[in-house]
Amino acid sequence: MRTVGPVIRRRNDDANGALIGYLPVGFPTLDESVDAAFALVENGVDVLELGLPYSDPVMDGPVIQAATQQALANGFRLADGFEAVRRVTERTDAPVLIMTYWNPVVQYGVDRFADDLAAAGGAGLITPDLIPDEGAQWIAASERTGLDRVFLAAPTSTDARLRQAVEASRGFVYAVSTMGITGARSDVDAAARTLVARLKAAGAPASCVGLGISTAAQVAEVLEYADGAIVGSALVKALADGGVDAAGALAAELARGTRAE
Amino acid sequence: MALRAQTGPYFGDFGGRFVPESLVAALDELSEAYTLAKLDPAFGAELTELGRSYTGRPSIITEVPRFAEHAGGARVILKREDLNHTGSHKINNVLGQALLTKRIGKHRVIAETGAGQHGVATATAAALFGLECTIYMGEVDTERQALNVARMRLLGADVVAVTAGSRTLKDAINEAMRDWVTNVETTNYIFGTVAGPHPFPEMVRDFQKIIGEEARQQVLDLTGALPTAVTACVGGGSNAIGIFHAFLDDVDVALYGYEAGGEGVDTERHAATITMGRPGVLHGARSYLLQDEDGQTIESHSISAGLDYPGVGPEHSWLSALGRANYRPVTDAAAMGALRLLSRTEGIIPAIESAHALAGTMELGRELGPDATILVNLSGRGDKDMDTAAKYFELYDEENPR
Repeated sequence: MRTVGPVIRRRNDDANGALIGYLPVGFPTLDESVDAAFALVENGVDVLELGLPYSDPVMDGPVIQAATQQALANGFRLADGFEAVRRVTERTDAPVLIMTYWNPVVQYGVDRFADDLAAAGGAGLITPDLIPDEGAQWIAASERTGLDRVFLAAPTSTDARLRQAVEASRGFVYAVSTMGITGARSDVDAAARTLVARLKAAGAPASCVGLGISTAAQVAEVLEYADGAIVGSALVKALADGGVDAAGALAAELARGTRAE
Repeated sequence: MALRAQTGPYFGDFGGRFVPESLVAALDELSEAYTLAKLDPAFGAELTELGRSYTGRPSIITEVPRFAEHAGGARVILKREDLNHTGSHKINNVLGQALLTKRIGKHRVIAETGAGQHGVATATAAALFGLECTIYMGEVDTERQALNVARMRLLGADVVAVTAGSRTLKDAINEAMRDWVTNVETTNYIFGTVAGPHPFPEMVRDFQKIIGEEARQQVLDLTGALPTAVTACVGGGSNAIGIFHAFLDDVDVALYGYEAGGEGVDTERHAATITMGRPGVLHGARSYLLQDEDGQTIESHSISAGLDYPGVGPEHSWLSALGRANYRPVTDAAAMGALRLLSRTEGIIPAIESAHALAGTMELGRELGPDATILVNLSGRGDKDMDTAAKYFELYDEENPR
């Protein structure tokens, strides 16, 4: 099984850290989202995060909301998520995580979802509205199937909650850089540096920082202290504005941040 | 255990905290503040005094015999939450949460609103306590409830029309949650109903349960007995839980919640969540939900903005699963008929939301017969709905269109 831990470790050995790129499945179409994901990997993205469009995305800012809403209007179905994972993993060696809000997994069946994701070649799940406290079923299903599970940690999380997130996660812990929702920001919050240090103290094998990262300089800055940098809205915007080639070009630019001196 | 003693985070299989980690600290802070406030007699005393001198509590009950002739001759008694300051039950909850906001030391409040009643109540409390206030309201609702938008602005609140998704209450909640995630250091979210993540379902219920506590005693004083049945409309379910709660352990008192049946539950245009939905997770809690096979929320429909919500509070899902309370749909047409009937027989213009409970009560009265006594929560007054009603019943002069 392709999991994310070894890739993140390798990229911290041979570069400054890992670049993780997010795109929603089905935007602008299923085929183009698969092509764009492939283009990201071709241009230096180490781990893919494919988002499943959802009707009520409370953690997402306007760019990702608009993209996922369009994917839903185009008829996105959950089965398309597994299809996208299958097609992307056939074309690349990069591990593919699914980012999904929790209700679609509940309705599909947590065990069935885990089985079908593993069968499609997926690496695991990022669950933005599932905290470990409510995650017993998913923790059991991912233990059984060997899938990674990425829980979130926030600047406001207590030390006890950070320890809980570290213990519950496998692959990495998603360190939320700032209090807020997805979307590019001119400064990646200093809170991220503190949070990653606190996660290390809590025993995290790997922490990756997301929210607000959109430039190679920000990737380089984040990788000074974190194991990975997660870019979402900026890539989605590039794809929306300039198509697959533009998304690939931005990925190549962002990847320079993993090699910066 | 007595049903009344049930607390969050879980009501049976329903409830919980399905939220981004970024909100957990704020929810914990709110839970702790609420737990301490409950133990502090000064908090209860301040809330009681606000109820008495600001809201107008206790609200009266009114027996409505001319209306009751259309309800199988059963005795029908209204709990008059429509007479509260700001025009609905929403103020009960808002004053409690605004007091908590002050205790936590935050200076800004946000809220979602559907019909605008919770938004108006929150803007009112913010004015009273000197808090900054932002109200999120779906764009569709700002159009059909323009009067309430003006009221909120007059009270000093910033009203944001939400253009995402279905542009109704559920999207207003999404946007309020995004605001809260971003501004949690300074901002408290005054949630309007008994849905959402713990502690909201328990806390909002506790601030609303005074409705049933008063009404139970008032009906006993009037009739010498408990009512046969208690009825209320159910959107998120705060007025319903408010009047049900005092009766939960009175096993001989039947409880009926009336959901918005829209154009009929045999169509796709309704908001009858418990009647037609199945359990799922939305807005932080596991509860009944209108959703498709993939777990995408289905857009609800109701002529009543306040009931136009595809979810419902977890305690209602629990009471339904236990069989303790019954939930039935009432169509737009039946609700509007009941609205006009109460206006003409009793001189009381109800909110369209509350008219769903009245329509349900008419049907229930015919089932139960003339020996029954039915207590109805008249949760709000109809002033805000006059434009909808005027268009529905063609009350504007042709020569003098608006």
